[in-house]
Amino acid sequence: MSAWLSYSLEDFLLFSPRVYWRMFELHNRTVWPGQGVALLFGLAVLALLLRPRPWSDWLIAAGLGLAWAWVAWSFLWLRYATINWAIAYVAPLFVLEAVMLMLAKGTADRPLFNIDRSVAAGIGLTFYLYALVLHPLVPLIEGRTLRSAEVFAIAPDPTAIATLGLLTLAPVRKALLLGIIPAAWCLASWATLHTMGSSLAAIPLAAVGLAVLALAIRLSSN
Amino acid sequence: MRTTRRQLLAAGLAAAGVSIVPLRAGRSQAASALLTKPIPSTGEQLPAVGLGTWITFNVGDDPELKDECAGVMAAFFEAGGRLIDSSPMYGSSQPTIGYGLQRLGHPKGLFSADKVWISNPAGGPGQIAQSRSYWTVPRFDLLQVHNLVSWEEHLPMLLEMKAAGRLRYVGITTSEGRRHDEVERIMASQPIDFVQVTYNIIDREIEQRILPLAQERGIGVIVNRPFQEGHLIRRMERHPLPDWAGKVGASSWAQLILKFIISQPTVTCAIPATSRIDHVQENMAAATEPLPDKALRQRLLDHVAQL
Repeated sequence: MSAWLSYSLEDFLLFSPRVYWRMFELHNRTVWPGQGVALLFGLAVLALLLRPRPWSDWLIAAGLGLAWAWVAWSFLWLRYATINWAIAYVAPLFVLEAVMLMLAKGTADRPLFNIDRSVAAGIGLTFYLYALVLHPLVPLIEGRTLRSAEVFAIAPDPTAIATLGLLTLAPVRKALLLGIIPAAWCLASWATLHTMGSSLAAIPLAAVGLAVLALAIRLSSN
Repeated sequence: MRTTRRQLLAAGLAAAGVSIVPLRAGRSQAASALLTKPIPSTGEQLPAVGLGTWITFNVGDDPELKDECAGVMAAFFEAGGRLIDSSPMYGSSQPTIGYGLQRLGHPKGLFSADKVWISNPAGGPGQIAQSRSYWTVPRFDLLQVHNLVSWEEHLPMLLEMKAAGRLRYVGITTSEGRRHDEVERIMASQPIDFVQVTYNIIDREIEQRILPLAQERGIGVIVNRPFQEGHLIRRMERHPLPDWAGKVGASSWAQLILKFIISQPTVTCAIPATSRIDHVQENMAAATEPLPDKALRQRLLDHVAQL
């Protein structure tokens, strides 16, 4: 036990920041022009939220599930696991999240994703939009090019952040159940970025904090 | 012939290792002055500076970075280097080494050092076979039990491999001062050839008991994390190099630190890791005479203590 206490987060970082960010560059190159499809899907989700149809819930949840499954296979399994063996154990959790999202349903009187005029919904919608539109631009903050952009439904961080945002629109119980894996990923990503000394580490941590805040507001108003 | 090869290699290195020619047992003129030390259990000479691969060689499937690592290996062998150390724990480092060895035509001087790192003892042989396949080598020169994981089971298996001629040397590893008591017990009771530990101008705990025990038992000492994963260099480079560094032929803090480590008589080899060709050349140039004597070693420690 005392030996384990002597380890720091740095001891578990297996790769350099350069290798990490180049991984996104290579991935973006490989899946191009999938980023455009992902963005269109993200905007379609937004349209379905603002102008709901009877099948909106199903389409959003199924699409989100597909995004998680795609990220699990194409990014985590095929790419990230080559430099971080622990990711081989994380990828199945992404698949589990995908399955849970695909099986998630609303009720007759309460859709799964419901935009109301509450503060909680405002918070959730704001950071869904952030994940979709602004998160791909954050490489510019660190002086990197957009070639290493992390895009919703292509890379895990914006996918998890967007999911947390959407879940703040869901019933609290379902949001808690479906939010465990996205929140855990965001915390793991925070640890990775923090250990790499990246100024972007605060983003996934803030996403978890905001999701918790939104759910707390929703609980207190119920 | 040698000139042509060196010219070709220089051109290849300039292109970030993209164009690399096969090297065989040839050594450059600079390498002829390379400091070697005997492995205590056999007397085989080993260059005092090797090449670690922790973090630096974990580049995944990135073709550009794999070529850069192959370039680092080319520069390492060109300077007369032999020992490359890796582990199944280091992500894609093993396949990267294998890629480099194939690009370089499997240099004959290679001293392959890897580790077994699996808590399930039954998985040890399979993991070693997988590691050999990644390295693209028929057998390892040295296998070590990584961080003492399941050493009670792995060590007898490695010793059996050695007895059967499928392995030349056996060792154990730890890092940053962890489990030194257990390391000492193994050193005192098991017929190992090497112990791998952390040692540098700051982390000097092994001077107390592990180095004397290695000396007494005839165990070679491989030093990992000589630069504290670069932290030590970055810290030292905030200060000017002592004006007496030239006395030991050191032109950088990295060389001074390496010379401090390998001038410790019981240390066999230090294994700094790098992904840069200029750094591997700088590291290899440190494995040359003159080395600091006892008085200069103490002077360096006094100097560092005041920074």
